[in-house]
Amino acid sequence: MSTTNANNAGLSYTTEGVDKEKRLTLITATSVVGAVGVGFVAWPFVASLSPSARTQAAGAPVEVDISKIEDGQRLTVEWRGKPIWIVKRTKKHLADLLTLNAKLRDPDSLEQQQPSYAQNPNRAIKPEYLVVIGICTHLGCSPSYVKEEDQHDLGSDWKGGFFCPCHGSFFDLAGRVYQGVPAPTNLVVPPYTYLSETRILVGVDQTEGVA
Amino acid sequence: MNKILTTSLEWIDTRYPLTKLWNEHLAEYYAPKNFNFWYYFGSLALLVLVLQIATGIFLATNYKPDAQLAFASVEYIMRDVQYGWLLRYMHSVGASFFFIIVYLHMFRALIYGSYKKPRELLWIIGVFIYLCLMAEAFLGYLLPWGQMSYWGAQVIISLFGAIPFVGEELAVWIRGDFVISDATLNRFFAYHVVLVPLILLALVAVHVIALHEVGSNNPDGIEIKKNKDPKTGIPVDGIPFHPYYTVKDIMGVAFFLILFAIVIFYLPEMGGYFLEKNNFFPADPMKTPQHIEPLWYFTPFYAILRAVPDKLIGVVAMGASIVVLFLLPWLDRSPVKSIRYKGWIFKLALFLFIISFIGLGYLGLQPPSSAATFFARLFSVIYFAFFLLMPWYSKIDKTKPVPERVTH
Amino acid sequence: MRRLILALILLLPNIVHASGGVALQKADTDISDTASLQAGAKLFVNYCMGCHSANYIRFQRIGKDLDLSDEELQENLMFTAEKVGETLSIAMDGTDAKRWFGVAPPDLSVIARARGTDWLYTYLLSFYLDPSRPLGVNNLAFQDVAMPHVLWEQQGWQKLVHTTDEHGHEKAELVLVNEADQEKAEKYQKEVRDLVNFLDYVGEPAKLERYSLGGKVIAFLFIFFIFAYLLKKEYWRDVH
Repeated sequence: MSTTNANNAGLSYTTEGVDKEKRLTLITATSVVGAVGVGFVAWPFVASLSPSARTQAAGAPVEVDISKIEDGQRLTVEWRGKPIWIVKRTKKHLADLLTLNAKLRDPDSLEQQQPSYAQNPNRAIKPEYLVVIGICTHLGCSPSYVKEEDQHDLGSDWKGGFFCPCHGSFFDLAGRVYQGVPAPTNLVVPPYTYLSETRILVGVDQTEGVA
Repeated sequence: MNKILTTSLEWIDTRYPLTKLWNEHLAEYYAPKNFNFWYYFGSLALLVLVLQIATGIFLATNYKPDAQLAFASVEYIMRDVQYGWLLRYMHSVGASFFFIIVYLHMFRALIYGSYKKPRELLWIIGVFIYLCLMAEAFLGYLLPWGQMSYWGAQVIISLFGAIPFVGEELAVWIRGDFVISDATLNRFFAYHVVLVPLILLALVAVHVIALHEVGSNNPDGIEIKKNKDPKTGIPVDGIPFHPYYTVKDIMGVAFFLILFAIVIFYLPEMGGYFLEKNNFFPADPMKTPQHIEPLWYFTPFYAILRAVPDKLIGVVAMGASIVVLFLLPWLDRSPVKSIRYKGWIFKLALFLFIISFIGLGYLGLQPPSSAATFFARLFSVIYFAFFLLMPWYSKIDKTKPVPERVTH
Repeated sequence: MRRLILALILLLPNIVHASGGVALQKADTDISDTASLQAGAKLFVNYCMGCHSANYIRFQRIGKDLDLSDEELQENLMFTAEKVGETLSIAMDGTDAKRWFGVAPPDLSVIARARGTDWLYTYLLSFYLDPSRPLGVNNLAFQDVAMPHVLWEQQGWQKLVHTTDEHGHEKAELVLVNEADQEKAEKYQKEVRDLVNFLDYVGEPAKLERYSLGGKVIAFLFIFFIFAYLLKKEYWRDVH
């Protein structure tokens, strides 16, 4: 059977008398539903790449007993694969911090390298205990802990802090970065909270839940 | 906006035949207008291939191809990875659906004579794809490292040992060890994820190119290119693939996905046929399961293997049962293509073939017994007779006249 | 008379077939029954985890799916684990276990998928005294099993009684050694159901989520199909 119109005479299909509006509407509608469908299908694939329950369990908050740390001593624990330093600072250390501001890049911690409760001169919840992530903010090496009384060649007015051997950046005892060094920002303070006078939980914000 | 699109298209077209390809293979590729139910399975096979690759990649981001870790990594995916269970079921159900689709796709060729001249090469490429698919499924099934994974692979690889002189060494070389082991697992992973998918993709591309060279067959077995409109050169029984078959195949995909979703979400194990219960026991080289069977899609050939009492001849028979498919274009001496115009002899032969194929499939799942062996032998004979006697019965079969134009 | 009723209660499902298999009793699990799952979890941790691990499931997941808080998990289920993110692992070494029992007690994470809930249910109900075995017990569902009857105090002891019926067919049935244990044995059946229910859940924690998501997916696909169908029908009006 063939059509009688001139266009596709003798063929099995014709595009005469086509309702273009109707077709456009149907195509658009189907495409929209289809696109939504593709989004739904893509979601599990994308989500499967986020940290799994095993990874999250391994990255769970870490409890630290700080009762045995002596003055000036640095304790290192691991959280989410990163070294976490807890340093017990003396009153002298805290007083010295205030004198260093002129030499620092970001003395008031204006850059968001710490939770709000650590945005103070001591960069800590309780002044005596510094809690920082021990990774240099330049390219990721782990700096050494250099006390004021240690053998060093960081100058006679070195008040104690951290020195990164990779490219020579240094930070004070609040983890604040000095000027004129490659590292751009202060050391990161992780979320943490006090469970008691002697126990810190790293990985949980003081007021909110798990990081 | 339109001007930007037109100019961009021109820029591409002078450097890459985009519009030319679009026209030659879609908008001005003319397919017979009478495609029926049996013609959905080609595009569905392509869809499932894409799905298997996509889910496979994402499974591979978490799977560990190590004998100590493999089983646990699959359970890790099922429990700890977000939506891992969904990816796993899509892949395992997809594998079984792939075979259902491919068997129906091949069956279409059988009933409409789509393997006959000038489509012999198309059919041969298709059988190669089928072989690759079987290899891919076999390799993939070792990966969960369950009891069935391990012992199924052990049995099938040891069949290579049946080859005279070189058999044993060959089996060791394939395994990379004296038994199925971590070495085997690791290399099967590489073959399953990289080697065979690449070969499959290449073969599918060649398959479609071969198809487009000669054009599709149809349920009436009529060559539509023989009857072209004098003015336009378009086959009078042809319609452009796009938009008519793109739109029809999208509808087919939508319906298929509903069935696919029902199984994935409600019946992923399919009573132990898609995911075997025994495979939830971790592989134990010291403990052979009471019954070892391959997955359902291999069972017809497994039944043929077991029906023959001799190990080597059994292997040869099993191989022959697949190789005989290659010969089909030359075994069929009928002057007509489609079953619609063939006589009662071919219809009877096909009916017996279907019964025997399904029967063999069923028997391959059962533990060996004297009744099972008897019927397996009977069905094997019918299976081979369908092919080997075809030059004779297809010639004497009384055919009906084939119309000039397609009917339905 | 009591003995007869007892025998009938326990008899029918435990008839040993000539082939050596045992007719399975229906476990009738329901993983949406949270109370049952909680009871099963408690039984599992208290009685099974001495020897059997469930290495592929975490306490936290159980807490989330069974509506238990971290505190409830810590108090009731976590005896050797410290954090809720940990898996249900045990300290027993595989090599030691093999030496002691002849075979290492398997991990039970997917046992419900491997053997089926009906089998597990029947198994836990089918221990009986057998002096010929090293641990003094045998099991109708698992001949010569190396496992002791850990829950004997909950069920009471059973023994296997052989009878020959009028057709000369041999039958073996399980009978409680102590009639007074009847009530205990019935309570035990419920506990076993809870335990098997829990193991069913552990086998595939995502099962309920799978069912729920499935409904939504199929509903959406149905809508898409309707659009695709209308589109196809419209275009195919061109074809004749």
